[in-house]
Amino acid sequence: MRGVNLELGDREIHSIIGANGAGKSTLAYTLMGLQGYEHEEGSIIFNGEDLAALSITERARKGITLAWQEPARFEGLKVRDYLAIGARGNGGITEEEIKEALRKVDLKPEKYINREVGEALSGGERKRIELASIITMKPKLAILDEPDSGIDVVSLKEIVALIQTLKENGSSVLVITHREEIAAASDKASLMCEGMILRSGDPLEISEFFKNRCIPCDNRVSPPKVK
Amino acid sequence: MTQIALNTLSREAEDITAAYTAAGGDAAVLHNHGLSSLVISGNKVLSANATEGIVFEKKETEHGVDIKLTIKKGYKIPLPVHLCFGIVPKDGLQDIKMDFVAEEDSAVELIAHCTFPNAEKVIHKMDAKMLIGKNASLKYTETHFHGPHGGIQVLPKAHIRIEEGGSYYTNFSLISGRVGYLEFDYSVDAEKDSICEMVSKVYGKADDKIKILERISLNGENARSVIKSRLAITDNAESVFRGITEGHAPGARGHVDCMEVIQGNAKAEAIPVVRVDNPLAKVTHEAAIGCVDKKEVETLMARGLEEDEAIDIIVKGMLA
Ligand SMILES: Nc1ncnc2c1ncn2[C@@H]1O[C@H](COP(=O)(O)OP(=O)(O)OP(=O)(O)O)[C@@H](O)[C@H]1O
Ligand SMILES: [Mg+2]
Repeated sequence: MRGVNLELGDREIHSIIGANGAGKSTLAYTLMGLQGYEHEEGSIIFNGEDLAALSITERARKGITLAWQEPARFEGLKVRDYLAIGARGNGGITEEEIKEALRKVDLKPEKYINREVGEALSGGERKRIELASIITMKPKLAILDEPDSGIDVVSLKEIVALIQTLKENGSSVLVITHREEIAAASDKASLMCEGMILRSGDPLEISEFFKNRCIPCDNRVSPPKVK
Repeated sequence: MTQIALNTLSREAEDITAAYTAAGGDAAVLHNHGLSSLVISGNKVLSANATEGIVFEKKETEHGVDIKLTIKKGYKIPLPVHLCFGIVPKDGLQDIKMDFVAEEDSAVELIAHCTFPNAEKVIHKMDAKMLIGKNASLKYTETHFHGPHGGIQVLPKAHIRIEEGGSYYTNFSLISGRVGYLEFDYSVDAEKDSICEMVSKVYGKADDKIKILERISLNGENARSVIKSRLAITDNAESVFRGITEGHAPGARGHVDCMEVIQGNAKAEAIPVVRVDNPLAKVTHEAAIGCVDKKEVETLMARGLEEDEAIDIIVKGMLA
């Protein structure tokens, strides 16, 4: 990654769009501080504080969290326990709050609360549980890596509503997406290409630019080409 | 019997009941005459209660007890039978011989708790012969509760024969306290249309040594089996898992699934063996040894847990 300039306001929904392999997930991992994704130059400032020296745990405790594009499978871990983990930092969670989070991602609480976050859930179900775990954590910054992938088209509206809810509850949301519907519901959007943020601005304009004027990049060698 | 002996006996009963409770057992179960139960501390039978359809025969020996447990033909025992084995003092040898028969068309669930809370120099040996009769079913769960010292040898050995249409499910778990030295050796002969599922879960720490050998021979047509093993080892613990499934008859289906996670200096070895000499039989296996999944750890860290807490939750989930 290089040339990544990104500013995210308080309670702002900011979409990152761009082609496959553009570096969107890499950006998310770098912000979260995952192993192997430490940034070499530049800085990541959160609420005035440089995150460089902070571990994933420390970043999470400052209020940053990440929903993976492909969520992990946890053998033997119950949905209720998984959803409670993120809430530990806020003094715990009630059964009713767990159920409410499941309803928000359109999963029937009585059907899912005691199931395992493992093999037996479908890909889409695991994505929804991943999002529910973000809701229960009440983060200051939620980084969502393609919350729409693996989710049926009908449910896209719910994902949009969920992102709005996160915002209303006080979160800023950085959402990586290939869906115009989600980009359109954002306050701002940025286009990523070859590890660079090419431009940021009004979401509709950025989507439009990406669709019509961005020539597929010739990976690695040349700088991004624009008509 | 003298007064003193009685006192000793009742204190022993109290001790083992306390240990049983600490191991997750419900002591009320042992005193409920509507339920079948058997409590053995060292080489003493402290209580035995059999309901209709169950026959207990027991003989105290020098270092243990010989048990014969029979489920009579056609009896489907509605509630689980509770077994409690253990040694409360820090040393001792407990040598259990078990002869189990589930007669034709019978069904039973056995729940065994083995508790050695203070073991420093304890040996627990179990030699079992089990016969699951025609269309009979046995579900056997054995949960160990060990203390923190690791001075214990657990040596369970069993031969199980499942007759036509019978089913046998077993779940062995040793995850609380130190393993010490475990040598687990089960072998199953499965006849026509029978089902066998063997699950073992062990958590080894410090210098624990774990040896697991599970062998299933699918001798009859359409006999089916699964061996599932989940081992977590840390520190300097070592484990060797051997899961052998042989398919000798048409339609026989077997699967061996072993997953081990290692941390620290632990060493693990997994040897799934599949042997098939009938072209219409099919036996498959998967084995994985690795550290705890990185994405799982990082996900829990991104929810605010420390790395150690995250690993602990993942390992406990795997062993749940
Ligand atoms: N750990 C890694 N080591 C080396 N290269 C990597 C690593 N992770 C990702 N890459 C490469 O970096 C580039 C960007 O990957 P990234 O996953 O960030 O893309 P993306 O924009 O999220 O794409 P998609 O839309 O397909 O999810 C890809 O070419 C990928 O192969
Ligand atoms: Mg991606």
